[in-house]
Amino acid sequence: MKLLVCISKAPDTTAKIAFTDGNSKFDENGVQYIVNPYDEWYALVRALELVEANGGSVTTITVGTAADDPTIRKALAIGANDAVRIDTEALDAGNVAKQISEYAKDKEYDIIFTGKETINYNGAQVGGMIAEHLNLPFISLGTKLDVNGDIATLERDVQGGIEIVEVNTPFVVAAAKGMAEQRIPNMRGIMAARTKPLNVLPAAQIENLTSVVSYALPDAKEGCKYVDPENMDELVDLLHNQSKVI
Amino acid sequence: MSVLVFIEAKNKVSKAALEAVSYGSKIDSTCVVTFGNISSDELSIVGEYGAEKVLVCRELSASNDQQITNLIHAAVESTGAEIVVLSQDQTGKSVGPRVAAKLNAGHVSGAIDLPDTSNGFHVNTNVFSGKAMAKVAVHSDKKVISLLPNSLSPEKTGGAATVEEFSADLGEGKIVVKEMRSQGEGIPLPEAELVVSAGRGLKGPENWGIVEDLAKTIGATTACSRPVSDIGWRPHHEHVGQTGIAIRPNLYIAAGISGAIQHLAGVNGSKVIVVINTDAEAPFFKAADYGVVGDAFEVLPRLNEAFKKFQNSQN
Repeated sequence: MKLLVCISKAPDTTAKIAFTDGNSKFDENGVQYIVNPYDEWYALVRALELVEANGGSVTTITVGTAADDPTIRKALAIGANDAVRIDTEALDAGNVAKQISEYAKDKEYDIIFTGKETINYNGAQVGGMIAEHLNLPFISLGTKLDVNGDIATLERDVQGGIEIVEVNTPFVVAAAKGMAEQRIPNMRGIMAARTKPLNVLPAAQIENLTSVVSYALPDAKEGCKYVDPENMDELVDLLHNQSKVI
Repeated sequence: MSVLVFIEAKNKVSKAALEAVSYGSKIDSTCVVTFGNISSDELSIVGEYGAEKVLVCRELSASNDQQITNLIHAAVESTGAEIVVLSQDQTGKSVGPRVAAKLNAGHVSGAIDLPDTSNGFHVNTNVFSGKAMAKVAVHSDKKVISLLPNSLSPEKTGGAATVEEFSADLGEGKIVVKEMRSQGEGIPLPEAELVVSAGRGLKGPENWGIVEDLAKTIGATTACSRPVSDIGWRPHHEHVGQTGIAIRPNLYIAAGISGAIQHLAGVNGSKVIVVINTDAEAPFFKAADYGVVGDAFEVLPRLNEAFKKFQNSQN
């Protein structure tokens, strides 16, 4: 099997969210970057499991700058065979999807994986866009994936339940919780990752169709009003008369 | 700037669909496109929320991302719409990006506000899992906006919509649905206005009765924290937080959840948060509107009784 896993970096889940340059940029000061959890825990690990069972290779692809290399090495340490980085700053999901599609279009991958979304932009756009560019079926929110020859069986979240679907390879899947379990890289993996190929390729000239103008933090809460645990009638009264949510 | 709104309507038009229709009609004249066997009578309700016309494709019955994309594309060609609006639900997440790629349109996903067209075209979206908002500029002529459920309430304008049958070359459906397992009749979490959630403080899955009883009384959907779904006390689709589902209900009641930053990320879009915890130092109280320092095993049943008493007094 020939598998491609799209990897993005994301701020650590405990990172303080703040902005600089007139609120136009994410403040990276003191921020630790990780592999986006959906890309790592579910997409990458499931791809590795499939190759361990069926043979083949797992390549990761990232659209980013040299600042992305540590997270790419982490993916290699977990077990990917090699990595590709398209050398441009990822600013627009449409651009990222086109860069990856340009790279993948003549490589005949059986499955292209993404995470269901990144935890910083939450766009959930790149997988579907790649699928459209390459004219492939797309399973968003895949929670299980098994492959038997050319036929894959997946579970996916849909409105009001779960669907079990079948699709022939090749296809694109966005991995969500349930597809695999997080793997901690061991020392051998970390050492091996240092010498695995990380191919840096020039980016295609593609126009950004969207851009972030500014960021804002949500309004702070006014403070918590404490209610006596013996007096839940008061809480109901507050929810009805003050907050008007009941 | 005419608008095309895609909705998925099984038997009736959902609240999330009406939100999208209402959103579109506040931008400009709005046509709705949908598919399936839903009756024209049921569909015409979108007229009350500002749509002028509904195109319904009867040939397509099952949800298939490529065929829905082709349907929306054909409807854009037919109506000349410049903006496509859809709900950022499961179907929206699989179709919205495809439509944007096909139209070479800039895609704003997770919109929480109407576009600001005073100087360009800007839309506010949720980013950093709800910990911040971004103002996104769209530079392309065509635009695709997917709207986060529960961001803007649907508003009745009292109009009427004509319903027309619509056919298009949908191509092949490559995904075969073998089985659908329903989660039951409850309101799905992303659309729920009232949510009752619990965490490890409940001590075991056998104790969830008091959470479900309260949810039933007020018509809320149940949710849980990540550790609880990880150890299998509750199904993973109930997990709200940074790596689960992000929700924006009117009321979020959390019992026995300490309020780790990853959990807050998924729920701080809630309008009102009630936190019940034995530990007065639990970080969740900082994000709460109302706090109850007490034992969930006593407070939840007491709150349930108080709600019942309140409901009786209202009748």
